[in-house]
Formats: sequence, C-alpha cells, structure tokens
Amino acid sequence: MKFALSWLQALLDTKADAKAIAEKLTSLGLEIEGVEDASAALTQFKVARVLTAEKHPQADKLQVLSVDLGDGSPLQVVCGAPNARAGLVGVLGLPGAVVPANGMELRKSAIRGVESNGMMCSTRELGLGEEHDGIIELPADAPVGTSFADYLGSDPVFDVAITPNRPDCMGVHGIARDLAAAGLGVLKPIDAAHVPGTYPCPVEVRTDDPEGCPAFYGRVIRGVKNGPSPQWLQDRLKSAGQRPISALVDITNYVMLGYGRPAHAYDLAKLNGAVVARRAVEGETCLALNGKEYALQPWMTVIADDSGVHDIAGIMGGEHSGCSDETTDVLLEVAYFTPANIARTGQALALTSDARGRFERGVDPAFLDTGMDLLTSLILDICGGEPSEVIRAGTPPTDRKTLAYDPALAGNLGGIDVADSEQKRILAALGFEVAEDWTITVPTWRPDVDGAPDIVEEVIRVHGLDAVPSTPLPRADGVAKPTATAAQMQERRIRRAAASRGLNEAVTWSFLPTGEAEHFSEGNGGLWTLANPISEDLKTMRPSLLPGLLSATRRNLDRGATTVRLFEIGRRYLRGEGGASDEQPSLAVVLAGEAQARGWATGKAKPFDAFDAKAEALALLAEAGAPVENLQVMGEAGSQFHPGQSATLRLGPKTVLARFGLLHPTTAKAFDLSSPVAVVELFLDRIPARKGPGSFARPHYAPPALQAVTRDYAFLVPAALPAGDLLRAVRGADKANVVAARVFDDFRGQGVPEGQKSLAVEVTLQPVEKSYDEAALKAISDKIVAAGAKLGGVLRA
Amino acid sequence: MEQLETTLAAIAAADTIEAVEALRVGALGKQGWVSALLKSLGGMTPEERTSTGPRIHAAREAVTAALTERRGALESAALEAKLAAETADLSLPAPTAPRGSVHPVSQVMDELAEIFADMGFAVATGPEIEDDWHNFTALNMPETHPARAMHDTFYFPDRDAQGRSMLLRTHTSPVQIRSMLSQGAPLRVIAPGRVYRSDSDATHTPMFHQIEGLVIDKGIHLGHLKWTLETFLKAFFERDDIVLRLRPSYFPFTEPSVEVDVGYTLVNGKRVVGGSGDAANGGWMEVLGSGMVNRKVIEFGGLDPNEWQGFAFGTGVDRLAMLKYGMDDLRPFFDGDVRWLQHYGFGALDVPTLSGGVGVLWGVRA
Repeated sequence: MKFALSWLQALLDTKADAKAIAEKLTSLGLEIEGVEDASAALTQFKVARVLTAEKHPQADKLQVLSVDLGDGSPLQVVCGAPNARAGLVGVLGLPGAVVPANGMELRKSAIRGVESNGMMCSTRELGLGEEHDGIIELPADAPVGTSFADYLGSDPVFDVAITPNRPDCMGVHGIARDLAAAGLGVLKPIDAAHVPGTYPCPVEVRTDDPEGCPAFYGRVIRGVKNGPSPQWLQDRLKSAGQRPISALVDITNYVMLGYGRPAHAYDLAKLNGAVVARRAVEGETCLALNGKEYALQPWMTVIADDSGVHDIAGIMGGEHSGCSDETTDVLLEVAYFTPANIARTGQALALTSDARGRFERGVDPAFLDTGMDLLTSLILDICGGEPSEVIRAGTPPTDRKTLAYDPALAGNLGGIDVADSEQKRILAALGFEVAEDWTITVPTWRPDVDGAPDIVEEVIRVHGLDAVPSTPLPRADGVAKPTATAAQMQERRIRRAAASRGLNEAVTWSFLPTGEAEHFSEGNGGLWTLANPISEDLKTMRPSLLPGLLSATRRNLDRGATTVRLFEIGRRYLRGEGGASDEQPSLAVVLAGEAQARGWATGKAKPFDAFDAKAEALALLAEAGAPVENLQVMGEAGSQFHPGQSATLRLGPKTVLARFGLLHPTTAKAFDLSSPVAVVELFLDRIPARKGPGSFARPHYAPPALQAVTRDYAFLVPAALPAGDLLRAVRGADKANVVAARVFDDFRGQGVPEGQKSLAVEVTLQPVEKSYDEAALKAISDKIVAAGAKLGGVLRA
Repeated sequence: MEQLETTLAAIAAADTIEAVEALRVGALGKQGWVSALLKSLGGMTPEERTSTGPRIHAAREAVTAALTERRGALESAALEAKLAAETADLSLPAPTAPRGSVHPVSQVMDELAEIFADMGFAVATGPEIEDDWHNFTALNMPETHPARAMHDTFYFPDRDAQGRSMLLRTHTSPVQIRSMLSQGAPLRVIAPGRVYRSDSDATHTPMFHQIEGLVIDKGIHLGHLKWTLETFLKAFFERDDIVLRLRPSYFPFTEPSVEVDVGYTLVNGKRVVGGSGDAANGGWMEVLGSGMVNRKVIEFGGLDPNEWQGFAFGTGVDRLAMLKYGMDDLRPFFDGDVRWLQHYGFGALDVPTLSGGVGVLWGVRA
C-alpha cells in the first residue's frame, strides 16, 4: 500500500513529519517498507525556459536550444525531444546531476559536434512517471531558475506492508485512523454529503445470490463527460503506483485506495436489461479487463445482465462494459461480497486484483452508502452529470460483534499494564465502543477482531510494544535436566562419528527428479510426487538419501575434486498408514574418486572399494548402538548395487540395518559417474532400541589372570563359501575358550585345488582357571577342525 | 703384573667387539692369565694370600671394568653407525587422514538445542509431508484464509484417509499442534526441521530450515516471550548487547502477534548482530515471528484456552547460521560442495557446550 504524505494530510490533521509518521506506522504494526521522496533526487535539476530552438547542423532529429536559467547567461543544450521549442518551460539537468531513472551522471559534452551543457528531461527520466514522448512542459509562469525539487515540493511516498488482518488499512483513511489513535494527529471527518437522486434509477439492480453478494447498491449518473482526471487526482494515484486512465476509472480507484472501498463503474450504454449479482452458470466465461478469458464455475458470483456475464464479482470488471471516453451515462456498483467466496474464486482463477485483496479480507459492510456518496460527489465535481436515486438490493451484514473483555488481560496476556482510562481512550479512538462493564462493541471495519486477545493487541500496539518488560520464564530448580531423546542422541553421535572418520556432511534437497527417485524406490510402497513442483529436478520426495548425494558427488568431481567422501543424515519419505507419510531417519555415505592419493610411500592412487563401504557401515552402526557382532552379511543389496560387490547387514534374516558396496555401473552411469563409487545406506529406524532405563554402572570386569593363546588354522574350503560362515562356525566351536577369530589370509592358486580356496584363521583362546596343557589344546583344536569340516573345510597340512 | 698394563692397553685399543671378546678370553677365560692368578691363590700361604690376593682381585676388577666399558663404547658406536644409515627425510609428508566436517545447519541446531535445554525446552519433531489440517486449519488458517495463499505451498495430489490434502509443511508450526495433542500442558518445546516454500532466489530456496518454539503454561505473557528471545539470542551470539525491537504484526496462529527485529551494527560493511538498531551505524533486521498462541490454536491442540496460555516463535535456522558464521549466500548450503563444507563446516569435536560457549570461534582448529 503506497500513498503520498499530502494524501494522508488531506485525511489526518497532523503536524508530524514523514520520519515521525514512518516510525509510528511501524510501531503500530503497519510496517514501513520504504519512504521515497522523489524530489530529493531532483535538487540538481532546474526550471528553465527555452529561448530559441534551431535545427542541429549534423542531425535531423536533434535541435540546438538556448536555455535560460534566469541568470542572464543562457546555456546551449542539444535536445532530441519533438516538443522542444522556443518558449517552452521545462526542466534542465546540469552537469553533475544524476538522472534518477538510470543513475547516469550528466556531463558537459559534444553531441554530433555541438556543445551541450545539460539535458532537458522527460517525466520518465526524472522518475516521476512513464511519460517519455517528449520533455516535461511546465506552466509558462513556472519560476525559471529555481530548483525543480523546490518547485515540485517535497511529498514523500510511504510504502506500507499491510498484514492480511487489516482490510481497514487498505485505504489511506484507515491508516490515518490508526495514526490518530496513536496520538499523531486528528482524524478528519469524511467529506461526503449524500447527494439525492433526481430520478428513479433507470436500471434494475438485483442480487440473486445473497450468499455471495448480500448487498448490491447501484445508481446511474447521466450526462457525464469522461476524460483525463484532474492533476491532483492523477498525482495521488501515481503516488499509490497506479496509472491514471480516465476520470471515471480513476475516481473508483481513488475511493478504493483512499477508503478501502472498491467499486465499479459500468458504461450504461453497454448494458442490456437488469444488472444482477448471481451465480455463474456452468460453461460461462468472462473476458476480464486484463484481456484474459476466464472459465467460470457455477459457485462463483458474477455480475451479469441479459447479454451475459460482465464482471467477476469483487475481483475484476469485464472488458466489454467498462467506461471509455465516449461514456455519457454510468452505472455505479457498490456491493458487499462475502470474503470466503471471493478468496475461493480468486484462488481458483489464479486472479489477483486490488479489489479481490480488499473483498477477501473483508471491506467495511457499513460503508456502502458513504462509498456511493463519495463516488457520486467526485463524479459530479469532475465529470458533471445528474444522479439517479440509489437502488439498494439486499442488506450488508452490518451487525457489530460484542466481546467480553477484562482490562487486566493487557498485563496478563500482553505483559504490560495499561491504565483502564488509557485502554478506553485507545479503543474509542480506533472506533470500538466500550461499555461500563467492559463489553466491547467492534466497529464494522474490523472483521479480524473476534476475541479478547485481539483487544489486547489493539491496546498494546497503540500503547507501544517497547514498553513490554522482559520477564524471566520460571526456571526449574537445579541444573537443567537433559531433554534429548534417544533418537536425537543417536543422530548426534553418528553425525560426529562420521565427521571424525573423515566424511563431510552434506544437506541435499528432499525432492529429486522423478527418474532418480524411481531408480531407488523399490519396496518403498510408492513415491510422493508434488503436484506443483518448482522444477522437474525438485519433484519427487526422496526414498533414499543416495541419489541426492550421488548428484552432489558428480558436481564435486566435475569441479575437479579428486576424492569425495560425503554423508547425509535425514529422512527418506515412504508411504505410511491412512494416507499419511512415513518418514524414517537414514544415513547415507558416498565414497568416490581416490581412497588414497598417490604417495611417495604408498605408490599409485587407490580407488574406493566395497570394503571401504563396509568399514563405514560397521563403524557407524556401532556408534548408533547396533549389535554389530551379531549382524549377518547377506546379499540382496538391491539392483542399484554391483551384484557381486555389495551386501546387506542384517539382524536376523529379515531386518536389514544397512546395505553397502559398489554402485552398479548402470546406476553410476545414470548419475554421470564413471569411476567406482562405494556407498552405504543405514536405516536408523531399524536399529533396535536399547532395552530398559539404562544405567551408568557397567557390568563387573577384571582382566583374565592367565595369558591368552593364539593358534592358526588354514582350511581348504569351497571357493563359494563366505568367509563369514567359516568364522561364525569357528567362533561357535567352543564358546568357553574361543574368544576371537579373524581371517588373515584368503589364498587361491598354486597348491590349492581348482574350485577351492584356503582361508587362514587366527583363533584366540582364553584359559580361565588354569593354563592349557597339550591335551586341552588338542581337544579345542579338534572342535574347531570339526566345525570347519561341517562346512566342507579341510585343515591344510 | 705387567700383564695388567698390557691387557688394559690392548682393551683400550680394541676396535671390534670380537677383539674385546678375545681379550676377555685371554684374561678372564678358563685359560686366561687372570683366571690363572686366581687359581694360584689356592696354593698360597695365608700371608701370601693376604698380601697378593687383593692385587689379583683388583686386577680382575680392573680388567672386567675395562672390558665392559670398551664393549659398551663399541656397541654404541656400532648402533650409531647403523642408525646413521637409516636416516629418513622427515620433510617428506606423513600419511594424512581425510578431514571430515559437520554441516553448519546441524551445528547450529545442536547449538540451539543446547541453549534451549538450559531453559527447559525439549526438542520435538513432526512429519514434513503434512496434511492441510495440521499445517493450516489447526493453526487458524481456514481454507479461504488469505494467509494460505501467501505460503507458496507445495501440494501433493494425494489426500489422507480423512480426506485432508497432503502437502509439504510450509513452517514448523504444525509441530505445535502435534506436541500439544501428544504431550498436553505444561509444555516447552523447540521444533527444528526442514520446511518448504515454492520460492527460489538468492535469499530463498524451496527448502530451508526453521525452528519453532512453544511454551504453554499458566500465566505466560508477552514479557516472557521477550525475555526468552532475548536470552536465546544473547546465548546464541554470545553477546550481552543484544537489543530487540518488537513490532505488532499478524500471524493467524498467534494473537497478539509480534515481529521481532534485532539491532545490528555495520562493521566493515557487514551486519554484526548487537547494539541498538537506532545507533548511528546500526539498523534493525527481522529475525523472528512470534506471539501469544491464539486461543483457537490451543483448542485445536486439545487444551482449554481458559486454563492454558503461552507463546510461540519461529525463525530460520539457515539464516541464524549465516548471521553468526558469516555466509552471505543460502544456496551453497544445499549444494554439497566439499570445499564449502570444509570451510564452513565444523569439526567432529566441536560439540556445543554451555561451559565452553555454544559457538565455535574461527581459527580454533587450524
């Protein structure tokens, strides 16, 4: 909402300057987004008279002017404007002046060989409007030589952000009312006497849709003369950022911007029969003033006559029935439209307008007659004509709400004690009526106020929020108690564990290109895809964190990174019950490029492999509290993975806690990745929660008194036997004595039969009560060898 | 005993361990001359033994000591020579471990959790794929509310079992409703998380992070809100000169609603939080939206607004991170550029603590 200081001053008797007004508006909740004073940029521009205008010797379209600044020494100025001529009084920019429209500094120069000492300016160049067909023409008596800033006078323009709850402040008058309540002046009464009609309204005006349009007032004014509106009106509209069109249109805009009251003026000659507010009929369309055709729904309210729909009620007038310079008789429409209907219609048609903004927030339902009077007086003043009587179809909802209020609430809710008398003064100034028992009657222009807290807000915002004292929240005794949940602690631990392992945490988009999401979507029960994505790249919610990290990896490699170790902790989005989402915490790691750079000691660079991924998976699962000792390495990591170099980590045969391995080359290619990429995905939600309340004390432990013994066993086993199976068998062979077993060699080739491999296992035996003798060691060894044999393993000689 | 002098001289002159060993055998071995002298003691008279014995023993000790010393010297020299041959060029690079990092958004969320825990706030969460009841209706934004249109909402074509439209939450405020419904009152929670708006430019990304705060209790008023925000910002920026400016505003879910500006000071052309915005080189910037929870919202949360009241606030986590740690562009937050992550990220050990200050000073880790 923009308006000039002079407009405000016409409605508010105030001595406050622009700065004080701006500060007060912000403190009232009418946030100032800017105060612009066009004249401030014009001090270097002077009112100047063209004495002579000669053709430029070198250019057809240029003239050489002699321009007088009233100091007796005319300047030579080259000018290309078609209207430049001797006698014209205009505006001259002198060298050093900065042109507001483009920020260029003027300099003395030669144009096609002729010296020019300045520039005669157009309206647009000075930032005062769009006019650029020629240079500014001032009245002949404009004081030559004075600064153009002084000539124009300072009239700063306020730009105020109006919150959606304040339709009353979508007009300058409402803003003036707030300022008056805050002590910045006295609100002037609205100057609009009722103009009685001299003849019955010749058109029938009706509302057949009392729900969408409870009230429709109309009046005809005959014999008007349309044309440009007077300068003062044009200036006010321009200050509000509106383009003047014609007097009749400008007047309706002026009443809307000044008083928050939208209205519409129809050219009576273009209407046919009764003018009716009604629901649209299926299939009807309306060609609106913006030149676009809108398909209407049967629940939308329109203004129509016998020929059809003219107007999308309360939102935009029609192309066919608006006023033009030829208009002689107008029908004024001043109506009340139900806010919810306007909002729904505007949303459905994706059509915004100044009128919609006001009607959907709720215009003052008691202002129809005053609005009609304002419009009538202005039209009669400016365009002449003769008004008919007013037809009032329907009744606007003018019942005023009453609220129970307790003035103590200002302190109890607003945190600031305001004297009862001051509260009454504030409320009265804002138009509220306060009864003896503090029952409050809400003015019709405040549809937003419907409870005691709203009254508190009115009181404290006018009183001043600065005065709210800081009041400490009550604090529980002692040191603050821990508040983080187990899941939150788990997330914090693994995040920092991952970072400590050299991984860089990324945060990537939750949404992906649909194709990438689909590539990772198996078994997820369906993807969530946006109906109105901002782009195709940000369309489908990720079922896995891997695609986002893979794209980030590609970007890094494209930038020349030699190694990329990224991780992310976040949600994957699945389908839940009852149509809800199921968002589960996940962690993903991507390792790409060089695992180890070439080095003087280590030789050639080494790429990442599946074991790098396994190491991360196990380390992070351990930090997350998963029982890593009990996990089984199984297959079926998914089609996105290298079928021979990937695996799942499972707790029991079904619960997959993680998958890891090398990416399938097809997947890598889909993400434009060429070298081997090792990835990990952890499903944090599947890690079983710790049982019981937990204890700080650990179970008793004393290091064994006897020294442990290690023994090596080399088994010939079928080549396809997973080493993990052999290890599990060895560990389980004698649980009382075998405390650890580790594969330290996997050999195939010379000395090992085809189809077999040799696995060497180092077994750690821990004696408990007495040291092992030969017989004891042999007994244990026999059990280990037997366990290996069950898997087809033969102890190598 | 002239042999002693000769032997000692020979030991001193020996230049290999083998030579020393040969001298030891010649003196102290079974056939050695010292051993022979010791043996001769047995055949002596007591008087002879008394006079000659000590000399023989002294000779043995002298030879033994000389041998030990010479052997030690030769061994050290040999070791030094061996080590000299093993010299490594220690100006060559040592093996390096890759440097990991924690994303600034995670770090700042940890900082916020730490600060608010001290004020008794727990961390609450809710779904990002929300229904329009939790995201709008229960927050006092009925279907035709103009504020709904201002939210630039991402919608899914789906509806849930209750027929509610599914969307991406536009703010963390639905967690207010979920927390009240699941935990009742009194309540102190913060809810950090991802939120989504269909908006994209230098300062807006379609996904960003917000943190919501909610206090529901008895007798809570706007003064408590002001104190809480002041206390939080002082702790977060670790400055005592935080000045807030409260401005009336409008949010459907609070009444009264208050926009909160914080004063900043221009330092080398950059905004540094602190000082009054009305100071000569200062200004105000909007950092928080807040207010007293609307009675209707408390009702939607399943509580009696005549019994309970409270305040709520919300702010951008990414924005707080930028203000504190000096990033001036939001978009790289979500790009995953390793160079950016290593520069603006945090070390694994930078765990925010109250005793150490929740923030991490630049340059603490080289």
